[in-house]
Amino acid sequence: MASESEVEPRLVAGRPQLLLLCRPFIGLDQALSSSFQLLRPWESPLPRDRFLAAHAAGIHALLSISLAVVDAPLLDALPALRFVITNSVGVDHIDLAECARRGVSVANVGTIYSTDVADYAVCLLLDVLRRVSAADRYVRRGLWPLAGDYPLGFRLGGKRVGIVGLGSIGCEVAKRLEAFGCLISYFSRQRKPSTTYTYFPSVCDLAAASDILVITCALTTETHHMVNKDVISALGKNGVIINVARGALIDEAELVKHLMQGDIAGAGLDVFEQEPAVPKELFCMDNVVLSHHTAIHTSESFVDVHQLIIASLEAFFSNRSLLTPVLDCRSL
Amino acid sequence: MESLGVLLPVPMNAYLESELARRYKVFRLWESPPERRQDFIRANAAAIRAVVGNSKAGADADTIDALPRLEIVACFSVGLDKVDLAKCRERGIRVTNTPDVLTDDVADLAIGLAIAVLRRLCQADRYVRSGAWLSKGDYKLTTRFSGKTIGIIGLGRIGLAIAKRAEAFGCPISYYSRSEKPNTNYKYYSNLVDLAANCHVLVVACSLTEETYHIVNREVLDALGPKGVLVNIGRGPHVDEPELVAALREGRLGGAGLDVFEQEPYVPEELFGMENVVLVPHVGSGTNETRNAMADLVIGNLEAHVMNKPLLTPVV
Repeated sequence: MASESEVEPRLVAGRPQLLLLCRPFIGLDQALSSSFQLLRPWESPLPRDRFLAAHAAGIHALLSISLAVVDAPLLDALPALRFVITNSVGVDHIDLAECARRGVSVANVGTIYSTDVADYAVCLLLDVLRRVSAADRYVRRGLWPLAGDYPLGFRLGGKRVGIVGLGSIGCEVAKRLEAFGCLISYFSRQRKPSTTYTYFPSVCDLAAASDILVITCALTTETHHMVNKDVISALGKNGVIINVARGALIDEAELVKHLMQGDIAGAGLDVFEQEPAVPKELFCMDNVVLSHHTAIHTSESFVDVHQLIIASLEAFFSNRSLLTPVLDCRSL
Repeated sequence: MESLGVLLPVPMNAYLESELARRYKVFRLWESPPERRQDFIRANAAAIRAVVGNSKAGADADTIDALPRLEIVACFSVGLDKVDLAKCRERGIRVTNTPDVLTDDVADLAIGLAIAVLRRLCQADRYVRSGAWLSKGDYKLTTRFSGKTIGIIGLGRIGLAIAKRAEAFGCPISYYSRSEKPNTNYKYYSNLVDLAANCHVLVVACSLTEETYHIVNREVLDALGPKGVLVNIGRGPHVDEPELVAALREGRLGGAGLDVFEQEPYVPEELFGMENVVLVPHVGSGTNETRNAMADLVIGNLEAHVMNKPLLTPVV
């Protein structure tokens, strides 16, 4: 493995360098610049590969913003890199295997977004069942006096909710929906003995026993298109799917087909397979609610995450334990 | 035995109507043109012994006076603001409503509206549908719902159900009521302006009476403030609507989630252009399951009355 002095870059005189991949929110940039010498490739006249080559020797840490990809070619260009931190929970934009091979530790932001994402998932679900956005459009178009009462929605209480991935976000969703009288079941890689929710050993079994699926798991090669045609069909004609995780967890084309044919009752989607592209067939449907991958975007979470990112970087550079590691190579 | 004559002032629900028609003689007031409705009532008064009312129309003093054989008003709602309760008591007319069966749906909608306003969900949906989402990482910062203090006006069945849901989001709960309720840990305010000044989301969940008419007035809205959100799942007249529109227009109020309006189905058009409001057309109890349950309760009350049995959900 690399020698100790390479694995543990310390805070030397002046601020350590931090490579930023993609432009951060201005508050974060300002907060980081007091502790770190920020390298902003988009500000350089040099093409990115030349910029990286010029600075590579001093880059031990990089911050991936807005899911900027960290792949093998990038890692090859940064031989001194030892730490990648992303301002997201998901790490599907980071090649973890390649990082592990090179001894590059990876951190995300842990559970910091769980509250806001759970709130958003519940809001999407209420909106789909009670047609809030569709009814709001109806009112704003002046249709209430002209076309009369809006069609009835569907009750949430008593519905069977299947959580796909009972991690931090999934647990927060479950806790909230219990208060609405929902019955909670889940699928997860492993059964969780500490919960009383009903475990199902496959997503398909979960779907068959649920009225609503809420997707809150990580996207990996194993979970890609996990919610496929069989799962969607098992959920059934009255089923509703809420996705606040990653678009590619669902076979989007199949979902759209089911929606068009009335083989599923509705969907609330914050994420899509090819963002920002959204299947246009969905735009005229009143039984879907669409948002632009924004479940984490609250002022409160931004303050929290900025503090966490700075603390994480400081922990790394001070050789203390990483705060929210996904891959910790430093003990090797 | 004479079939019960039932006056239905407005269309309400197809299932309810067909169940009424199966059992009773139904007089559909809206089938007469407005100027002929008094005549219609007069002509059929001898046969009408029951009225089925809802949030739009019920049994006001004039209607009760015109129906000398009226025995029961069965409301297809929990709200009784369209029924002259005093006059019913005076005349010995029974009144029933539909409590409990709609509590959960109304509470669900209250929370849904609160989160939708704070998180700008309807705006996001409009944005995506317009095709304007062209770059990843395009977003605006919204306001977290979890942990926000919820102020509830009226801690009855619906108010308590809203509180229970909000607690699951870590929201501290405060309330204003005619009197403090025993057996709750929620913070009581004896003054509505104080409640408004000390909460982030103010939810109207009380019944509409003379005392609560325009209970949410300019002073309350100003106390709720530029970051505050009003949610109304009660009745439109709980809120001074022109003051509400002005407060939103001038930024003195942060946002509003509204299911009810003073002059339904008319909604102030100025609200149509605002991003910080969510507007829905009185759908609080509007699910298939709940409306069916409400209809069953109306029928159940009328049947009990006809059979001289105890009414299921009497108010008077």
